[in-house]
Amino acid sequence: MSLSAVILSPELLEARFRPLEEVLPASEAPMEAERCYYCHDAPCVTACPTDIDIPGFIRAIAVGQPARAAERILQANPLGGSCARVCPVETLCEQSCVRQGEEGGPVRIGRLQRLSMAQASPDLFPAATAEVRAQKIAVVGAGPAGLAGAHLLAREGFAVDLFEAQARAGGLNESGIAAYKMLDDAAQHEVAHLLTGDRIQLRCGMALGRDIALAQLRSDYDAVFLALGLQGQHRLQIPGEDLAGVLPAVPFIARMRRGEPVPVGQKVVVIGGGMTAIDIAVQIRLLGAEEVHLCYRRGPEAMGASAREQQLARDQGVLIHHFRRPLRIEGEGGDCVAIWLQPTVLQDECCVDQGQPLRWAVDQVFTAIGQRFNPEVWGEDGASLQLDAHGKIAVDADFRTSLPGVWAGGDCVGRSDDLTVHAVADAKRAVLSMLGDLRHET
Amino acid sequence: MKPDLSTEFVGIRSPNPFWLASAPPTDRAVNVQRAFKAGWGGVVWKTLGIDPPVVNVNGPRYGFWQGDNRRVQGFSNIELISDRSILSNLREIAEIKAQWPDRAVVVSVMFPLEESVWAEWLPRVEATGADGIELNLGCPHGMSERGMGSAMGQAPELVEMVTRLAKAHTGLPVIVKLTPNVTDITWGAVAAQAGGADAVSLINTINSIVSVDLERMAPMPTVDGKGTHGGYCGPAVKPIALNMVAEIARHPALAGLPISGIGGVGTWRDTAEFMALGASNVQVCTAAMLYGFRIIEDLVGGLQTWMTEQGHTRLEDFIGRAVPNVSDWSQLNLNFVTKAKIDVDRCIGCGRCYIACEDTSHQAIGRVADSGRYQVRAEDCVGCNLCVAVCPVSDCISMAAMAGGVDPRTGVSITAQPMNWTQHPNNPMAPCPSGEGQGD
Ligand SMILES: Cc1cc2nc3c(=O)[nH]c(=O)nc-3n(C[C@H](O)[C@H](O)[C@H](O)COP(=O)(O)OP(=O)(O)OC[C@H]3O[C@@H](n4cnc5c(N)ncnc54)[C@H](O)[C@@H]3O)c2cc1C
Ligand SMILES: Cc1cc2nc3c(=O)[nH]c(=O)nc-3n(C[C@H](O)[C@H](O)[C@H](O)COP(=O)(O)O)c2cc1C
Ligand code: SF4
Ligand code: SF4
Ligand code: SF4
Repeated sequence: MSLSAVILSPELLEARFRPLEEVLPASEAPMEAERCYYCHDAPCVTACPTDIDIPGFIRAIAVGQPARAAERILQANPLGGSCARVCPVETLCEQSCVRQGEEGGPVRIGRLQRLSMAQASPDLFPAATAEVRAQKIAVVGAGPAGLAGAHLLAREGFAVDLFEAQARAGGLNESGIAAYKMLDDAAQHEVAHLLTGDRIQLRCGMALGRDIALAQLRSDYDAVFLALGLQGQHRLQIPGEDLAGVLPAVPFIARMRRGEPVPVGQKVVVIGGGMTAIDIAVQIRLLGAEEVHLCYRRGPEAMGASAREQQLARDQGVLIHHFRRPLRIEGEGGDCVAIWLQPTVLQDECCVDQGQPLRWAVDQVFTAIGQRFNPEVWGEDGASLQLDAHGKIAVDADFRTSLPGVWAGGDCVGRSDDLTVHAVADAKRAVLSMLGDLRHET
Repeated sequence: MKPDLSTEFVGIRSPNPFWLASAPPTDRAVNVQRAFKAGWGGVVWKTLGIDPPVVNVNGPRYGFWQGDNRRVQGFSNIELISDRSILSNLREIAEIKAQWPDRAVVVSVMFPLEESVWAEWLPRVEATGADGIELNLGCPHGMSERGMGSAMGQAPELVEMVTRLAKAHTGLPVIVKLTPNVTDITWGAVAAQAGGADAVSLINTINSIVSVDLERMAPMPTVDGKGTHGGYCGPAVKPIALNMVAEIARHPALAGLPISGIGGVGTWRDTAEFMALGASNVQVCTAAMLYGFRIIEDLVGGLQTWMTEQGHTRLEDFIGRAVPNVSDWSQLNLNFVTKAKIDVDRCIGCGRCYIACEDTSHQAIGRVADSGRYQVRAEDCVGCNLCVAVCPVSDCISMAAMAGGVDPRTGVSITAQPMNWTQHPNNPMAPCPSGEGQGD
């Protein structure tokens, strides 16, 4: 057994994770900002789920005022800071930039946003209304969706109780996002900015279904916003999945980011094709794994991870194998020693097996095949809350759930891709709708 | 608290100092409506003339010079004044003013030198509820061939006469818009003041041929094979406009004459510069034409941000603050010595400063042995600033003032005692240090 216990120490972060940071030197910012055409009805803005005024903030950089750029970003997106770090811009704003096909490529919106947000401080957020409303709102889950929702509601004058199961707020920003994107305790700095003021009470260590009940919240508060994320891990449903050394990626990353010792193998296989698969593959390499193979059952175009992310993984020495389906994991004395993979081919847009199964000797296997919503969390009193076809909380276009007075947003609903920026956009939309509904009530 | 941008210019109030200059952006009610919605503080309506309305060319009327990234640096036009009937313009002005009482609406006019015309039309302009009149004495193409526009603005006696005519027939404040196509901008300003002007605005556009179509061998814009000189505006004219504003602001006889600054304003910085040199507000044309009215958000936000950084709460805190520091060359301190200094750690070794200084300045830059970087020899540097201009790296070369010691180039000790040209021994006109007569 060759797993070693590694702690993600500050030294390790500096030496191996820091070099992967993507920042634009301040000296290059004016030049990059000048590349923006300041388009009217800009396609990049349409592509941003939170409608950030991209040409507007870029112009503020061009005229030498990056702090005003930050102000502009925060007007549209209170989590503009983490979005600048984690958004896969190559599939969002930058993909739509009119300079896409030109020399030099799209305007590097993400990096300009990151540079602006380095100036962030609580006074750059839009001022809260002076009016204090009597209504109280419960927000459950302090990830991006819950934080954005709580912040926006407080800004509108509501008193907000923000319940979080974990010891710290931040959700996946704190425990899921790749560590090299969130260096310098970025998640906690942002949380501190978002919760500035006395209208939000953060109550950590309070889990819905364990410490608080939905029915109780509904009677104690004028409205409830559920932003629970996805706590369950999909399983491969193959033999050997429960052997030591076979781990779901997301809880592993959470432990790593909390600074707990995590096991690192020498020869590692990652199963999956999305952002999480890339993240675990890259980070297990950075933690010291000698050989990392990422196996995906279909071709490169079908992968959830963008071409840029796939390249990032290759640059870190990750070997990506397409058309490999896991069959079973072989154990010895309870530890995993090998994985069996079935080669597949594409036939009429379906993957079918072809050829002999392969046996690879490995000492660690990560599964990164998606997460699911855990309806068990709230026990019985949530039974009346309707779920959608994918087992997520069913909501209407305004993020109302099937229970009156209860809204939901972020990863726990299925209206958009599971991205930080969509979680914020969901929260914006839900807050607007709450404002409308609550006004009618009083 | 955001800084207060509200202004009062010759008694005309507006929520911010940004007015749209008399030009296409203010040509009709639909445009002005959109502009006010976007947040502009005021407009100077596109210049009105008497009927029958002028006729514009139907070919291209704009030419331009684009810099890197195809951004327009200089813009040129051969458009005339409003080509719509004066009555329809007045009707729209009245509607707009009624709807936007808190915004400034000034009406630009260009009438011939006939008293009856002024007597008939100025009261009708006043009846719209407009806040003021601007006299277009600057349009340098087309109208000038008809004896108006810059043809009037270039003759100080005509400027005075027209201003007096206008003042005689309206109680509204009269702003005289000056042409830059003159030897000395202050002559026109003095004349306007003598005629009773309440303020001046400047600059109008500059005579120019912006480019030549080398296939058709004709100036651009080319109308059926021929072109005419146009009026130049946009970022490229800002330095000329700034100087003219400063010349008026520091002219002793013109003290207190309000100035509306125009010419190449497109950012908060341009605005702050015009105002520091004595303009009480600014007018914008080209920037709005290039980016649309939404640019106002950036102008307002940018100016407020800068003011906050500086601790300014009102525009008066900085209007005119740079005027006392604009002086004649003869007053500059010749004992003030600066030397260029290269930050070796930032130097990327491109050699541009070296070749510029070596070929065209004072051979004061040399390569540091074995490093590929460059360094300044203080004993040769005259402190001219050329290397700073050519260095592609920001904050790499700086000019540092010598506070004491000996200037290694001249061997002269640095003194805190200033000396300008009027006091310099090399100046044959300077008083003799010994106090003897000057031998005249
Ligand atoms: C490994 C990984 C990498 C990712 N990388 C990126 C990326 O690079 N870019 C990107 O845009 N997106 C990325 N994502 C997706 C992104 O992190 C999520 O879309 C986003 O965090 C969703 O926000 P949320 O608030 O809905 O959920 P979460 O961030 O999951 O937050 C939910 C919060 O609710 C709390 N909670 C859960 N149940 C309860 C309960 N019963 N009671 C009280 N509190 C509860 C949780 O503790 C948590 O704090 C990644 C996701 C993963 C898993
Ligand atoms: C197309 C065009 C038409 C103009 N027409 C007028 C006019 O009718 N009356 C006038 O006083 N100035 C006119 N101007 C001059 C502008 O008002 C302004 O003085 C000049 O463009 C400088 O400002 P800018 O650099 O912001 O454009 C015109 C300018 C342009 C570009
Ligand atoms: S690139 Fe297209 S959209 Fe942009 S200015 Fe030119 S024609 Fe218009
Ligand atoms: S699409 Fe590109 S060029 Fe246009 S505004 Fe957006 S970032 Fe600028
Ligand atoms: S800008 Fe409008 S009016 Fe002018 S040439 Fe183009 S389409 Fe025609």
